[in-house]
Amino acid sequence: MNDDVDSKNAKLVRRLVIIVVAMFGFGFALVPIYDVLCDITGLNGKVGSSAAKETVYPIDKSREMTVEFMTSLNETTPMVFRSETAKLKVHPGEYYRVNFYAENATDKTMIAQAIPSISPGLAAEFFKKTECFCFTEQTFKPRESKTMPVRFVIDPKLPPEYKTITLAYTFFDKTEKTHKN
Amino acid sequence: MSAVVAEHDGHHDHSHDDHDHGPAKGWLRWIITTNHKDIGTLYLVFALAMFFVGGTMALVIRAELFEPGLQFVEPQFFNSMTTMHALVMVFGAVMPGFVGLANWMVPMMIGAPDMALPRMNNMSFWLLVAGVLLLASTLFMEGGAPASGWTLYPPLVLQTGKALPFAVFSVHLLGVSSIMGAINIIATIFNMRAPGMTLMKMPLFVWTWLITAFLLIAVMPVFAGAVTMLLTDRFFDTSFFNAAGGGDPVLYQHIFWFFGHPEVYIMILPTFGVASTIIPTFARKPLFGYSSMVYATAGIAFLSFIVWAHHMFTVGMPMAGELYFMYATMLIAIPTAVKIFNWTATMWKGSMTFETPMLFSIAFVALFTIGGFTGLMMAIAPSDFQYHDTYFIVAHFHYTLVPASIFMLMAAGYYWLPKWTGHMYNEKIGQLHFWLSAVSVNILFFPQHFLGLAGMPRRIPDYAVQFADWNMISSIGGFMFGFSQLLFLYIVVNTIKGGTGEKVTDEVWEDAHKHSLEWTLPSPPPYHSFTTPPTNIPTEHF
Repeated sequence: MNDDVDSKNAKLVRRLVIIVVAMFGFGFALVPIYDVLCDITGLNGKVGSSAAKETVYPIDKSREMTVEFMTSLNETTPMVFRSETAKLKVHPGEYYRVNFYAENATDKTMIAQAIPSISPGLAAEFFKKTECFCFTEQTFKPRESKTMPVRFVIDPKLPPEYKTITLAYTFFDKTEKTHKN
Repeated sequence: MSAVVAEHDGHHDHSHDDHDHGPAKGWLRWIITTNHKDIGTLYLVFALAMFFVGGTMALVIRAELFEPGLQFVEPQFFNSMTTMHALVMVFGAVMPGFVGLANWMVPMMIGAPDMALPRMNNMSFWLLVAGVLLLASTLFMEGGAPASGWTLYPPLVLQTGKALPFAVFSVHLLGVSSIMGAINIIATIFNMRAPGMTLMKMPLFVWTWLITAFLLIAVMPVFAGAVTMLLTDRFFDTSFFNAAGGGDPVLYQHIFWFFGHPEVYIMILPTFGVASTIIPTFARKPLFGYSSMVYATAGIAFLSFIVWAHHMFTVGMPMAGELYFMYATMLIAIPTAVKIFNWTATMWKGSMTFETPMLFSIAFVALFTIGGFTGLMMAIAPSDFQYHDTYFIVAHFHYTLVPASIFMLMAAGYYWLPKWTGHMYNEKIGQLHFWLSAVSVNILFFPQHFLGLAGMPRRIPDYAVQFADWNMISSIGGFMFGFSQLLFLYIVVNTIKGGTGEKVTDEVWEDAHKHSLEWTLPSPPPYHSFTTPPTNIPTEHF
């Protein structure tokens, strides 16, 4: 093989390696891109982790819709967790309060965090929570049980095609992670 | 068999190559070799071995599913088997099989003396072996091998026992190996072509591999990144995919399928290349629509990057996303149909003969079309909610992989073994192998369409009794198919040892030298071929 081909090869390999490195970086760049896209479009039903401002909305008594409440536990989180209300008929603009019951099923102190998710995803921005146990980590003493409120309102600007909104909470056991840090 | 003429017809003007030094002596030859033919052989032998390993895992799955209830294996091990079967077949059998073909054939088809980067070529093979061994070692670890499917979705995959980091590093090694192989192939095709071998005169197999190599360097690093994130989520408290820390498991699916969809085309484009090589030879006509084949291949490769979320229709995308991914996916049917029609047109009014490689190729055209149509069915987002994660998708992708990629790897074996070894394979047993495979592959996979439509979920070791009959038939087909492949093993070994004893000519198949350069070399070709560039570039396509 002559030197000419060798140098052409070396140049080409350098360029191809740059593509490889750039694509490895692109994989990681997808993380912020995804977050930004979801933020803008509300694609994944993620909701803010801070309280919405207490606002007075006009109450739309002519419109009635259903809000469903779901609870689940991540992996093997040792808790009892349920909603005291399965579903609620609501009017947009009116404030409601529902209670959730959670119990530490172990003899150890547990730190847990509930992560909310709203379906359909695009309705998430119209679902305002002024009070929620999900805004902060919850510490449970051994065998402690808590009744925790959520106060919410549905923005009357919610497009009329939405008839049912599901609010789902998943409790994650963060005890180990918190201790490590 | 008219192509195999008994006398050697004096193409010995290439024998001046023979004065070059031959292979190193002894077994060390296979460790240190940088010769493209040796490395091609290593890849092909390794791929064949892994085909039997992955096939054995598939038979464990089919044995367990023969009847409802749990018979042979634990559910955890069953799920390890589905995962390992897929990873071994994808990364151990199909991809190395085609890399082996590329190593053997690309330099000979473009008139180059060897691959552009021979030492790197050796390294990419041995990294592959290391990666697969590492993957296989997870079977013996505490907590078992990964059992979350080849997609390795979190959070499930994060519950893997001790095996997780080993599986991740194995993916890294396999990725580095295939990226190095891809860089080598691109450099060979760009810089090593014989004078007069313009890009648009290259055999289509070379074209499909050029495009495949670009897909590989674009997406393997993304997959490496995704599994690295799994690793840090598990061991370093990051939360890429952990909702409790602000991450999102669905993000993994996006990253995975950004890799995964091009990945499935990495396995099918060289398949198209082999079909475009074999069909013209046995139809005794030039390939119909050569340039449209090149553009269709490039078109499919481009589309593969913008359709990934059709694997995720059920994750809760908004309507606009579902519609976009649905229409973009359907677009792929157009360049693919161009290819199917071109192969059919190549056969049209051809003087066809039906030797084993051609039989496999015709079966490929017919059965791949079935896989393509079921793909279109699942592209329709609302219908996909019914098909998602059922046996329907299992049937779909097995139709595009087994009677397509695997069949064409075998067709390539039959087609080029006489060239590689200088011996003719046993045509009778070859045809028997074909008919057994073609019939049993349909008994194996066709009933899975029915199971899927009836709602049987994939990746489960047990099922409702309503699914019993078709599962039993599918398992019978599976065992027929699996054991039929021993014939292929026999034929390969037998051919290497001398085959039928028939002397093969340089061109082996009638007029094959008109299609591609490798048939102008002696059979078997000298250890170093085309040390002086050939001048007789085939012009049959133009």
